[in-house]
Amino acid sequence: MAFLKRYAENRGAVAGLVILAVVVAVALAAPLLMPGDPMATRGRPLLPPGGDFPFGTDMLGRDVLAGIVHGAKVSLMIGLISTVIAVLIGVTVGAVAGFFGGQVDDLLVRVTEFFQTIPSFIFAILLVAIMTPSLASIVTAIAVVTWPPIARLARSEFMSLRRREFVEAAVLSGLSRTRIIVSEVLPNAMSPLIVMGSLMIATAILTESALSFLGLGDPNRISWGYMIGAARTVFRQAWWLSVFPGLAIALTVLAINLVGEGLNDALNPHLKGRMRIET
Amino acid sequence: MNARAVADPLVAIEKLTVRLPVDSDRAHAVDEIDLDIAPGRILCLVGESGSGKSMTAHAIMGLVPRPLICSGTIRYDGQNLVGLPADRHRAIRGRRIGMIFQEPMAALNPVMRIGRQIEEVFRFHGIPGPHDERIVGLLADMGLPEPAVLRHAFPFHLSGGQRQRVMIAMALALDPELLIADEPTTALDVTTQKQILALIKKAQAERGMGVLMITHDFGVVAEIGDEVAVMRQGRIVERGPVKQVLGSPRHEYTRTLLEAVPRLEPRGAAPDRDGAPLLSVRGVVKTYSTRAGMFAPRRTVEAVRDASFTLARGGTLGIVGESGSGKSTLARIIVRLLTADGGDVRLEGVERNLLDLASRDLAPLRRRVQMVFQDPFASLNPRRTVFEIVAQGLLAHGVPRERARDRVAELLRLVALDPASASRYPNAFSGGQRQRIGIARALALEPDVLVADEPVSALDVSIQARVLDLLAGLQKRLSLGMLFITHDLRVASQVCDHVAVMQRGRIVEMGPSADVLFNPRQDYTKLLIDSIPGRGAFATRPAAGTGH
Repeated sequence: MAFLKRYAENRGAVAGLVILAVVVAVALAAPLLMPGDPMATRGRPLLPPGGDFPFGTDMLGRDVLAGIVHGAKVSLMIGLISTVIAVLIGVTVGAVAGFFGGQVDDLLVRVTEFFQTIPSFIFAILLVAIMTPSLASIVTAIAVVTWPPIARLARSEFMSLRRREFVEAAVLSGLSRTRIIVSEVLPNAMSPLIVMGSLMIATAILTESALSFLGLGDPNRISWGYMIGAARTVFRQAWWLSVFPGLAIALTVLAINLVGEGLNDALNPHLKGRMRIET
Repeated sequence: MNARAVADPLVAIEKLTVRLPVDSDRAHAVDEIDLDIAPGRILCLVGESGSGKSMTAHAIMGLVPRPLICSGTIRYDGQNLVGLPADRHRAIRGRRIGMIFQEPMAALNPVMRIGRQIEEVFRFHGIPGPHDERIVGLLADMGLPEPAVLRHAFPFHLSGGQRQRVMIAMALALDPELLIADEPTTALDVTTQKQILALIKKAQAERGMGVLMITHDFGVVAEIGDEVAVMRQGRIVERGPVKQVLGSPRHEYTRTLLEAVPRLEPRGAAPDRDGAPLLSVRGVVKTYSTRAGMFAPRRTVEAVRDASFTLARGGTLGIVGESGSGKSTLARIIVRLLTADGGDVRLEGVERNLLDLASRDLAPLRRRVQMVFQDPFASLNPRRTVFEIVAQGLLAHGVPRERARDRVAELLRLVALDPASASRYPNAFSGGQRQRIGIARALALEPDVLVADEPVSALDVSIQARVLDLLAGLQKRLSLGMLFITHDLRVASQVCDHVAVMQRGRIVEMGPSADVLFNPRQDYTKLLIDSIPGRGAFATRPAAGTGH
């Protein structure tokens, strides 16, 4: 309860949560709201917003609103799955490096640095291009380029928690290393990881959009990035083709960032700086 | 300083109240206190943690954190400091009222040379330069070696005591009329503490300034105080000259606190026991080597040098020493949290050297040597219930959950906690209660040897005494061998029948505590005993009191 109360203190976070809930609801209810294939032609091409099509139609006569509603599912799913994979990789690497230290740490840090030296977006493009664009390859590519920061965070958390006396006590009690890592240290390292993970969902959605914009999206599924990318040849004649999906991306990413910030306030109340000295 | 100023108080506090946020454990941090600070005198404000003594000092300095609200008056030089605009307060702060803090490392800027930090004090208060001469003079006054060179040092080059001297130099730079010292020696070793207290006393006498000394230690009060005020839960319960309050305390709470102050008292030597010792340690060596950078030369620190001792069943060996003497390292080597470079540790009934055992062979022996930790807040996992914390060893050793539940209830009763508290989380307990939980955890596996690493140094004195009694009682009842690590000789004298004194990694003197503590042969041991604050005042008092 205290957690919810602290979360609710941040008004922006509540607003973010509401927007996010709407987006999720729309994504889940897409087949009911806009039945049928969003890739199918519905009317005359390039109809401006209004009439039968509140957001207009694109150059193949597809309903933009239907695209946005169905695209929500793809965007959210890619954001969520790729972040979960990235967090799993990152926490495992970071936990092992931070907990054991020494040569294991040296090795894993070098590996992490190797991934960080490659510009992440170029790396993602390269991976998708090699694996041929599909939902699975996009998710893999995003996960592969985003896990290093999580590994670094997890490592520093584990390094400082490792030296705490309760870990020493657990060693003396005869707990196995795996038990100590999973059930003693990890729960104490969770809050910053959750916050970072929630913000990474937003980044993943942006990355997916950017990939789709460049034509590296899954050709069989409609996504917001794909819609903007497809509209780039008619930017000046048909603004609605890029503005509405663009707004959808901006709104969703903003909502997720607000939620992440709210989680940060609620999980780490001491960081909020409530006690301030007047100088 | 004219005659009037001597008669009037320097600072007159009336009905000072600091209100806490609504959902705190009490309504006021400071509750309508009246207090006068006389010029040219040292007033000690004593109390346990959370008594509001620091908040009072912060209120004078105008450093009360934002959501808290101050009311009442703090009269200083004809103006009320409560509610004074920040810019006017700034002019008083530093220039006319100086302050020193508990943690000299946290209070100094780590990336700025100390000479420049002192210079800033002059610059911020608009005093024209050059300041070099005054800075060197101040550092020399503080008894720092080679002040002209030292002013170019960074804080991390200095020892804790030297840092505190720099802090005092900064506080005294502008010759304030009042110095507020908030637990200035709590983070320091006893020998350093004695020097710093002497320094504050000397500076006070030379400048004739008033000093408000915040402390939790009656030893410090006896050492330098002229007057003392005792605080409890935001109120002042007793006030008077130090001699009077220490000699014949009127308030019940003062008496309780005074009784709880540990004293160096002779303890009957333990009965001699025949047979093999429970634990014998020979020639343990541990060297740390660190390297500042890839090409910098290695720096080696000999943390433990050739340490040897034996511990009998039912006996308590105190290992005393200052910080950095290697006592905690030695303790961690014995429980095998650290790996030694060499040496031989044998446990009764085990044929092999414990230090040579691989972790697989060691696992079944771990339960025989358990540890109680120093920090009651860091030693309990905040995300697990008391049951899970105490039972973790039992469960790891395959005891069924139902049996573990009974055993945990039994253990909690043993350490005088309510067994019903097993389902709560550590944050629901006070420091003393947490330390009891830590003791219960250490006893869960029925160890033969208990290693207690500064188990009471983080606790208030009144709680200290109770935890010490508990430990000593349990040790006797369960006939454990106990290794008691402490920096406080008074505490050692109360629970240990043998004492080993460590200095720079080496055991310099060892023997029955009655001999070592009352008839020391080594100069270092004598120095440690002489440095106990307020030793004169408390040695003469009878040990038994009227409270309880």
